[in-house]
Amino acid sequence: MLRYFLTRLAGAVPTLFIIVTISFFLIRAAPGGPFDQEQTLPPEILANLENAYGLDQPIWTQYGRYLAALAHGDFGPSFKYKDFSVTELIGQGFPVTFEIGSIAILLALMLGIPIGTFAALRHNSAADYVSMTLAVVGVAIPTFVVLPFLGLLFGIYLHWLPVAGWEPGSIRHLLLPTIALALPPLSVIARLVRASMLELLSSPFIRTAFAKGLPLHTVILRHAMRPALLPVASFLVPAVASIMTGSLVVESIAGLPGIGRYMVQGALNRDYTLVLGMVIIYSTLLIVMGLLVDLLYAWLDPRVRFER
Amino acid sequence: MATPTLNVEDLSVDFTHRGTRISAVRQVSLQVAPGECVAIVGESGSGKTQVFMAAMGLLAGNASVDGRVCFEGADLLGTEPAQLNRVRGSKLTMIFQDPMTSLTPHLKIGQQLAEVLVCHRQATWGEAMSAARRMLERVRVPEAARRLNQYPHELSGGLRQRAMIGMSLMCDPALVIADEPTTALDVTVQAQIIDLLRAMRAELSMALVLISHDLGVVAGLADRILVMYAGRIVENAGAAQLLRQPRHPYTAELLKCIPSVTGPRWERLPNLPGQPPQAGDSPAGCAFAPRCPRAADRCRSERPLLQASADTDGPARGVACHFPVLT
Amino acid sequence: MSSLLEDAARRLRSNPAALGALIVFVCLVALTFIGPWFNANAGDTLDWSHVAAHPALQSAHWFGTDRLGRDLYARTLEGARVSLAVGLVASAVSLLVGIGYGAIAGYLGGRTDHAMMRIIEILSGLPLIFFVIFLTVIFGRSEYLLFLSIGAVGWLTMARIVRGQTLSIRRREYIEAAVASGASTGRIIVKHVIPNVIGPVVVYATLTVPQIIMFESFLSFLGLGIQEPHASLGTLIAEGAGEMEAAPWILLVPGGFLALLLLSLNIFGDGLRDALDATEP
Repeated sequence: MLRYFLTRLAGAVPTLFIIVTISFFLIRAAPGGPFDQEQTLPPEILANLENAYGLDQPIWTQYGRYLAALAHGDFGPSFKYKDFSVTELIGQGFPVTFEIGSIAILLALMLGIPIGTFAALRHNSAADYVSMTLAVVGVAIPTFVVLPFLGLLFGIYLHWLPVAGWEPGSIRHLLLPTIALALPPLSVIARLVRASMLELLSSPFIRTAFAKGLPLHTVILRHAMRPALLPVASFLVPAVASIMTGSLVVESIAGLPGIGRYMVQGALNRDYTLVLGMVIIYSTLLIVMGLLVDLLYAWLDPRVRFER
Repeated sequence: MATPTLNVEDLSVDFTHRGTRISAVRQVSLQVAPGECVAIVGESGSGKTQVFMAAMGLLAGNASVDGRVCFEGADLLGTEPAQLNRVRGSKLTMIFQDPMTSLTPHLKIGQQLAEVLVCHRQATWGEAMSAARRMLERVRVPEAARRLNQYPHELSGGLRQRAMIGMSLMCDPALVIADEPTTALDVTVQAQIIDLLRAMRAELSMALVLISHDLGVVAGLADRILVMYAGRIVENAGAAQLLRQPRHPYTAELLKCIPSVTGPRWERLPNLPGQPPQAGDSPAGCAFAPRCPRAADRCRSERPLLQASADTDGPARGVACHFPVLT
Repeated sequence: MSSLLEDAARRLRSNPAALGALIVFVCLVALTFIGPWFNANAGDTLDWSHVAAHPALQSAHWFGTDRLGRDLYARTLEGARVSLAVGLVASAVSLLVGIGYGAIAGYLGGRTDHAMMRIIEILSGLPLIFFVIFLTVIFGRSEYLLFLSIGAVGWLTMARIVRGQTLSIRRREYIEAAVASGASTGRIIVKHVIPNVIGPVVVYATLTVPQIIMFESFLSFLGLGIQEPHASLGTLIAEGAGEMEAAPWILLVPGGFLALLLLSLNIFGDGLRDALDATEP
């Protein structure tokens, strides 16, 4: 099984490389330069600027220099935030985004799996219908509507939680953003678990487990849970992708100093290096997630381990 | 008779599907004495499996049950789930038809055997795994210690079924219900499993219910044979008697269908024409009448009840037929 | 085949949630068109005497006004019109692209199909927003870009589904007959494959349309979509989020409208899928 994992790892590196290369050339191929938005500059100053940023070099040289810098973890300077390098911005923002994103995915799993399981066990009951309706709501209503609504309710009317802002280590500031982020994947996970659990409950090996006189919680947790979670494992990478997308909105609304906010600003300001750096970070995250999910599959279903 | 290990009284099982009510089991009564091996034979749809699903509390959600089932004197149908769980898996166990789908794919064989002891006897996992290994050896699984740590898909069909049997014997049960234990296996392996069951009975003297559609399979093992058709018991006799002198026309036809190595060579294999009644139908009269070579008008209008059939030698027998075969 | 549809229609009719959702959706859409008749205010008149006014049914401004004195009722309906228009046009484009792509891949089969599906696999992995942000950085904000990127949302799933259906249809006799009688590949695809694929396409269209509307609102919310002075529900919600403390209705009205719109579409889509799904509950 180790060999299987290493093969996948080896396949991931070229993918990342391709992403970096394509991104780099696409951005450079764009019409206009990074300084177009400033007021028209006199040509000498423009030339100096381009020289300083290395933009007057042939494109392959630029590419080579970028890769070399990247290997040292240097993403280059930000074109907009002139005092900071992209690496510094990432260093500041990534921990925040990572913290919020991780809590969100954990919330989605820790709530979604039990809810789906209970809905399956109480199939066709009121609890089942209610939870599944809430799941539809969770998926249909966009995060950028949910978060302000939550802020309105809990922040402005009830005064329980702060609407926006960030203090390191403060749970109160975390609560609404992570809940809003977790809601869509939570809903999908609940529905997936309910569907697969329902199917499993009538399968032969679960019948055997009941026939052995095992209590319900043992049958569910030891015998049914792992196969039931297979669709959830498949969903994990799209779930993380959706949380990444959601974080752009959540950070903007709640004023959280994470990289999502930089991503949006970078787009609005046409800050090339910043956006390039962000894309690389996000892609790496997704690829790593993909590898972890592969490992997860092997644990959930032993038959997978023998297929390679 | 001493308290029968299993006493089924007037059991009826109905399923409700999309508004229609389907009768799977109609007023079945039977008893299994301690240590006895009783075979239940019938076509698919005859209700033979559902009787014991009801006893084990494994019926589907849309089922409704009527009647009584007592195990070692205690009512099974009305008990609380906790009480039922104490009995099933330990004193009253079941072996299922297809060991590939009936064993949990992601748990090791040893775990699946051991958990029975951990759950019912409060053993530690260490003790239980040792006991599991011993059980695997007992059911003639070679390299038992290695097999303990393997997953079901790594074992052959025969070995899986042996493991299932071992799993059912962990707590020294009073009654083991075997639902078509050989149907999913190769013919060569079938005989081995029957031998194993016979050996286990000899060692542990538990009662055994053998459910099958194949009279040939049960012939070597059963003390008594019950024949079911369309949800009812149509004949009940000692195994030797039934095989020598079937009284019910259906049983007689079934016997004719068993291919024999030593018997005459047929031009065409004998078979029973027609189909058993659809699960939802409730025909007036005898359910077998449309296919019975001996059917008369009385058969079509009046349903025959199971009646003791006078017999000079051997245990009591019953038959539900207006015109039983008497030779 | 038609009995399958009748079966589905019957099942749909007995699903009160889905029917209710459909009615709500139709009402909302109708409102965006005929709504302005009920209230004479235009969405872009600045009423300086009623800046950030509370909603009040007695006043001229039923849903209040925003920070610039614009009537919120009119603005919301206008935003809804834009969102719906963009959503429907982009959906149509992505459906056409998806159906075409899927039909071609499924019909040609073999290595072409394999390659085409690999492309879809790779594209599916990327969160679309990053792709859009990329393009925005390169080409700047433009509404054509908006249409393009939104259209890129839905076609992947549609292509997959159509390709699957096409693969199974390809082997059927009437296709062989058509080929034998000399029909060209293109003609076969258009006349035979596509009509038989309509069923699942309709179903997934009901999934895709709300996705696309949501994506457009998302982009507009971030400032990457519809630009001033045009409004879409997304931009209105962004405005409202900024005014939450002082004038919450600026958020609640467009936010509530969008939520209702998406919710009703989703519930109806669910019901439609359940009705067309042949397996029993």
